[in-house]
Amino acid sequence: MAARTLVLDVPDWPGHLAGQHIDVRLTAPDGYTAQRSYSLASAARASAGYAVSTVEIMVQRVSRGEVSPWLCDVAMVGDQFEIRGPVGGYFVWEPSRLEPVLLVAGGSGIAPLMAMIRTRKEAGSRVPFRLIYSVRDPDTLIYGEELARRVRDDHGLDVTIVYTRQTPFGWGRPAGRLTPELLAEAGWPATLAPACYVCGPTGFVETVADMLVAAGHDPAAIRTERFGPTG
Amino acid sequence: MTDVANRTDVAEWVDGNDIAGAARELFAVDLTAARGRCVNCGLVAMVAEAHVYQRAPGIVARCSGCDSVLLRLVRAPDRAWLDLRGLAYLEIPIPAPAAPTAVPVVA
Repeated sequence: MAARTLVLDVPDWPGHLAGQHIDVRLTAPDGYTAQRSYSLASAARASAGYAVSTVEIMVQRVSRGEVSPWLCDVAMVGDQFEIRGPVGGYFVWEPSRLEPVLLVAGGSGIAPLMAMIRTRKEAGSRVPFRLIYSVRDPDTLIYGEELARRVRDDHGLDVTIVYTRQTPFGWGRPAGRLTPELLAEAGWPATLAPACYVCGPTGFVETVADMLVAAGHDPAAIRTERFGPTG
Repeated sequence: MTDVANRTDVAEWVDGNDIAGAARELFAVDLTAARGRCVNCGLVAMVAEAHVYQRAPGIVARCSGCDSVLLRLVRAPDRAWLDLRGLAYLEIPIPAPAAPTAVPVVA
């Protein structure tokens, strides 16, 4: 499979912030180890005063990778592996923040942004969120149903999906990459000083960050995370 | 699990967010949200923005501006080697301390 959501039970989980990740470490019988980072997609619930012991990660399969094929194709309920985390203090959003938020995802870069969207709802934040989510085609859209439901139920969340190669039937906009015009239309003007989070493949992230800076956004307000795929 | 050669579908580098876990073993606070100055070109940037190469025996983080080495971290089972010579300084945010509180139980 191309991508898989895994819900992990971590008995001593200390709680996490939206946007943080964990390192997954696999050890072969001969002692060889391979380690990869995966963003947590589940809501941070520490703000509600308690921690839960399950967390969710989304793994994109990289053929001939070392860790993702095992997580996508082999791992079964009940298997055990080592993790380290939660870690990361840069690409995080906390419900105490009050500025509007622009989330821009490319492909599997949606995972940490999904954690922010879920955390916003869990924490009862009323900060307006806009998500621009670029995917190749309808088959590679992840969390499509949940996003549609949240647009309806989570007040103040707007979602714009950009299909780069192929759109669903009857889609209003032709397939194509995210443009500065669409970013301006579906995002926030720089004058509102939004917090911007951009996550996706390296080229995508660089392009979007450059567009945001060119549109007048403060570079310090643009946080980026580049997703491998690192296998 | 050892198919490392000829992986054309794997990114050459990842960004500094990736070293959060390895650095957290050594530091009491998150290092990726720190801002550092490159000794070579003077660029001041977040550690999270560095270009990180994981194929060496350890972790090598390079400046996003000039590509010179900022940081190297090699981990063995019982110790780590940390080389920070490419960083003139690090400005590290420290969250407000959650100091333990003491309550007398015998007074």
